[in-house]
Amino acid sequence: MKVHFILNGKAVEAEGRPTDRLLDVLRHVFHLTGAKEGCGEGECGACTVLLDGRTVLSCLVPLIQVDGRSVITVEGLAATEKGHAYLERFALKGGTQCGACTPGIVLSGAHLLQEHPHPSHREVAHALAGNICRCTGYQAIQRALSEEPEAVLDSTLLPAADAEREDGS
Amino acid sequence: MKHPPGILGSSPLRRDGLEKVTGAARYLDDLPAEGTWVGATVRSRHPHARIVSLRFDRTKAPADAVFVHAGDIDGVNGLQILDDRWPILASKEVHYVGEAVALVAAPTAEDALRAAAAVEVEYEQRPAVLDWEEAARNEPLYELALDEGRCEAILEAAANGDDGLILVEGEYFTGAQEHLYLETQAMLAEWVDGRLAVTGSMQCPYYVKNALQHVFSLGEDAVQVVGRYMGGAFGGKEDYPSLLAAHAALLARAARRPVRIVYDRHEDIVATTKRHPSHTRIRSAVKKDGTLVAARVDFDLDGGAYLGLSPVVLSRGILHATGPYRVPNVRIRGRVLRTDTPPSGAFRGFGAPQSQFAWERHMDRIGRRLGIDPLTLRRRNVLHPGDRLPTGQLMDASCGAAAALEEAARRGDFLRRWKKAEEDRRRDEPLGRGNRPVATGVGLSLAFHGAGFTGLGEHRMRSPVTVRLTAEGRLEILCAATEMGQGAVTVLPMLAADAAGLRIDDVLIHEPDTDVVPDSGPTVASRTTMVVGATAARAAHELVQRIVQWKEEQMGEAALRVEDSRLLGPGGEIGDFRELAREYLAAGQPDAVTVHNEPPPWQRFDEDSYHGSAYPTYSYQAQVIEVEVDTDTLQVRPTRAVAAAEVGKVLHEVQCRGQVEGGLLQAVGWALWEEMKRKDGQLLNDRMTTYIVPTFLDAPEMEVHLIEEPWEGPPHGAKGVGELPMDGPASAVCAAIENAVGIALDSIPATPERLLDHHIEAAQGGRR
Amino acid sequence: MNPASGLPRTVDEALLRLQERPDTVALAGCTDWMVRDRLARADAPPVIDLLAIEELHGIEEIATPPSEAKRPAGADADPTTPPPLLRIGATTTFGEIRVDRRVVEGYPILAEVASQIGSRQIQNRATLGGNLVNASPAGDSLPVLLALAAEVEIASPDGRRRIPYDAFHLGYRETALGPGELLTAVLLPPPPPHQAFRKVGTRAAVAISKVMVAMAAHSRQGRWSSMRIAAGSVAPVPMRLRAAEKVCEGAPIDVETATEAAEAAWGEVEPIDDVRSTARYRRWALSRVVRRLLLEM
Repeated sequence: MKVHFILNGKAVEAEGRPTDRLLDVLRHVFHLTGAKEGCGEGECGACTVLLDGRTVLSCLVPLIQVDGRSVITVEGLAATEKGHAYLERFALKGGTQCGACTPGIVLSGAHLLQEHPHPSHREVAHALAGNICRCTGYQAIQRALSEEPEAVLDSTLLPAADAEREDGS
Repeated sequence: MKHPPGILGSSPLRRDGLEKVTGAARYLDDLPAEGTWVGATVRSRHPHARIVSLRFDRTKAPADAVFVHAGDIDGVNGLQILDDRWPILASKEVHYVGEAVALVAAPTAEDALRAAAAVEVEYEQRPAVLDWEEAARNEPLYELALDEGRCEAILEAAANGDDGLILVEGEYFTGAQEHLYLETQAMLAEWVDGRLAVTGSMQCPYYVKNALQHVFSLGEDAVQVVGRYMGGAFGGKEDYPSLLAAHAALLARAARRPVRIVYDRHEDIVATTKRHPSHTRIRSAVKKDGTLVAARVDFDLDGGAYLGLSPVVLSRGILHATGPYRVPNVRIRGRVLRTDTPPSGAFRGFGAPQSQFAWERHMDRIGRRLGIDPLTLRRRNVLHPGDRLPTGQLMDASCGAAAALEEAARRGDFLRRWKKAEEDRRRDEPLGRGNRPVATGVGLSLAFHGAGFTGLGEHRMRSPVTVRLTAEGRLEILCAATEMGQGAVTVLPMLAADAAGLRIDDVLIHEPDTDVVPDSGPTVASRTTMVVGATAARAAHELVQRIVQWKEEQMGEAALRVEDSRLLGPGGEIGDFRELAREYLAAGQPDAVTVHNEPPPWQRFDEDSYHGSAYPTYSYQAQVIEVEVDTDTLQVRPTRAVAAAEVGKVLHEVQCRGQVEGGLLQAVGWALWEEMKRKDGQLLNDRMTTYIVPTFLDAPEMEVHLIEEPWEGPPHGAKGVGELPMDGPASAVCAAIENAVGIALDSIPATPERLLDHHIEAAQGGRR
Repeated sequence: MNPASGLPRTVDEALLRLQERPDTVALAGCTDWMVRDRLARADAPPVIDLLAIEELHGIEEIATPPSEAKRPAGADADPTTPPPLLRIGATTTFGEIRVDRRVVEGYPILAEVASQIGSRQIQNRATLGGNLVNASPAGDSLPVLLALAAEVEIASPDGRRRIPYDAFHLGYRETALGPGELLTAVLLPPPPPHQAFRKVGTRAAVAISKVMVAMAAHSRQGRWSSMRIAAGSVAPVPMRLRAAEKVCEGAPIDVETATEAAEAAWGEVEPIDDVRSTARYRRWALSRVVRRLLLEM
């Protein structure tokens, strides 16, 4: 089947089987390899992306359910000015070590910060509980997200979710 | 040459930081797939069986798929680690569930799986060795011994109640642990004109290269190995990648094109190495005031089916078996037992977490027996400068054991909280009729870790590191150190820049490519910063010194120096280092310097008697861990961990804390949840749904205090920190549970099920 | 019908599709269904997407049909207006349920279980209907639905029908859903004043249940009434702890009742050993949790 969706603010189309994983479509069709397959069964969070503004696991999203929706990946976050600054501070504070969980972690983190600009420790822990990190013990991630200056946390952190549809469908 | 201010001890953005946070970093599976085929592995379903027949039914497989079995190996069918008895592909027998029996490759992952399904293997099952008792009756894979003083006679006296000595005995178990690096094992191989090129996720490119030369009978020039971005390793990519590289290379040869193998999570959990399960028995003689007099430790590791790295894991285990304490009379026996399970391998700590778990739990047992609190007992026995280890090694002034113990105890307010929880427990009986839904407890532990290779390892390696000039006049470090998240690609240039008087931007580090970099040794054993980093610093210093000397000769002027990447003379700034370097290169001067690591000459170790200095120095960590135990469900929530790590010298504070915090949580996971459950040799929890690692919500809040007691050696007295944080926390978790609810567990993980079994047995007036 | 893809946009269209191709799989949040290996996915049967069907989604209060406007004995009676039911569309996600005001206020144990299912990412996709149709013994929301006396609404080519949850979930991964039928909604009767829930999982988050207990009750003059206690992960389907309920019925709200009910619960379950836990532990934890919840509810 052919699906149309908004990917990082741009209208795109993809051809595939209805049950193809969004993760594979992103990685193999669009060559966006930020999202990783850590487990392939929804347990690790390394494949986290935003679907219609909410965090989801792209290894569990079939292509059929992407039609007409908006997808934001870490590459989209990195492409905005504020997103890039947020990511750089995240690295500076030790939020990434091996980096394999990082694309998922920073998306869960960005989503949290947009909803709660000054999250408590518990809010951070709850919001990121679905992202396994095996390197940091989560402490540096906690510090990075708790200390993020509010100035960056407006709607321009993430790419627009509603780009013009080229085909009008 | 003066140090430019602020390089060491600062925390610059890690070199790979931006690529990782933006998703731009390309791990092996992120490389474009065009032109490469996908490999898959056919695995044993039995713990021990004879292979009766092996057949590839081409009619059921995709047309162009290739098939490889043991008969296709024309070199040696053995993985070269310490020996080579671990087969690349099983030929006659299989010895663990998940052992590789055959390989297939096809243009797509789907086709590869269909091809694997077309391989038919007929087995004849054999009796398998699967438990401690049976394994202990057979010939061990390996044995070691260490004797100091007159241990047995003293224990005998203590057993008879002579000399005012008390005998305290205990038995301790730890389970297997899965690394669960987020990036699974991944490798890509290609043959070009008879030359083999391999790249992938690995800690030790030269281990992989040596193993490939062995399997394919190739000369040194015929194999190139390049380490890529690694999505975590923790020891799990020390040994196993050599096997995977051989598999990919066999398939690439058969398919006549590049082949990649990327394990899925299930396969990675089933097939790869794990932390050695351990069984430790300790008999100790103590005075009434808690002073340790003698200890006998029998330390057994389950090595799995093949030897792998087990001898060196055992060695490190026994060298840490009595912790950072004075024990004047010691007798240690270590064995690696053989079972029909996947080979155990390297995992952060490398035997030391297992033996020190047992020792620290034993210290708590002694304290309980004598009525001495955990802190006082440890204070009475902790190593100080001037004391000796069981190997006879004299502790120098940098021995920070007591400093770490005191700092953690004070910052964690240990004694007051421990005593309060003891009183609360005695009063309330939280597991009896007591109505408190949650009981709180606190535990203390202290551990140490020897930095670098054990014994004479570093003397034998004399690791070479090369530093060369690039055309634009920057320095480039050439070494085999790999980046697995720990921060090597950031700290090594920092050390070189500091030593050479350059800004850190002026020092690059080359990717670990065996065609280019010298064999500076594997990235293991907490040795990279201390050994490779120090050597890189010396090489960088040496090269810049030569350039300066050349310039002095050119100018006829003495007393030039380089600071902060500027060339300075007696009259002030003369120029910029990059310009100077380009001038030097243009004059046709040699562009590179190679120096070798020089371990301290006094570090001597007798590998037969196990006496001498097994490591040049040690780092120390104490922790106070607080837990809440749900008295209804016996679920344990670690709420707070206060750790004091004595690491010699902090070079990059953010990364140093990152090591301590990450290792601490890995140890807490091992203590509470992580367990490999097997039935008849089959792994039951072979997925992330059932192999439980801590999430963000499971992690305690941590407070890490870094202490600096520099040792005499380079770099600037820094000691290895990568493994240290894994060694002590598990025991502190068990001690905290004991403090909270009175269940004294001597085996981990401390799952609610195990706590309940222990509680019921104790209530029924069971064995203890 | 979606003009581009030809996929159904209404329940009737979906039912028609299921009739035409009986092997069609109706997908919802996919958090369980997509967990399968590459070959199983490649060889998957035809699928339709229930998330694209607007009428299956959302939470609304609906009037109780007069014939059903009865209340549990002892509850405060209001003879004039029958209280509304809460209708939760089958594809409503746990993320939506977790924050819905009517759920949080009226059925806090449903909001609580929704917040403990998987991770935020899972909650943003997993649906209440999916949890029901999946019919796992460890399905987190199921004991809660049982305790709340939920009903499920099923659409078939012949029309719609409503059955109680315990008549829906028949056995291990087995439901009363016939071929060609769709689960369309869950209906919750008016909220009981006392509710409690506890999930004992493998860890603090992203956990699979070892034991779950959900309870709902009314009370009058310091005594329990209409007590419903449901347990999950201790049998092939979530089960009522009827012996424990019986102990509570009409008994004073106190420690003795809680302790006696806990003992009754101990005796009426036959849990098993599996990869996540042991029979011994499940029985012990279940009994202690029953006591604790009765003390705290």
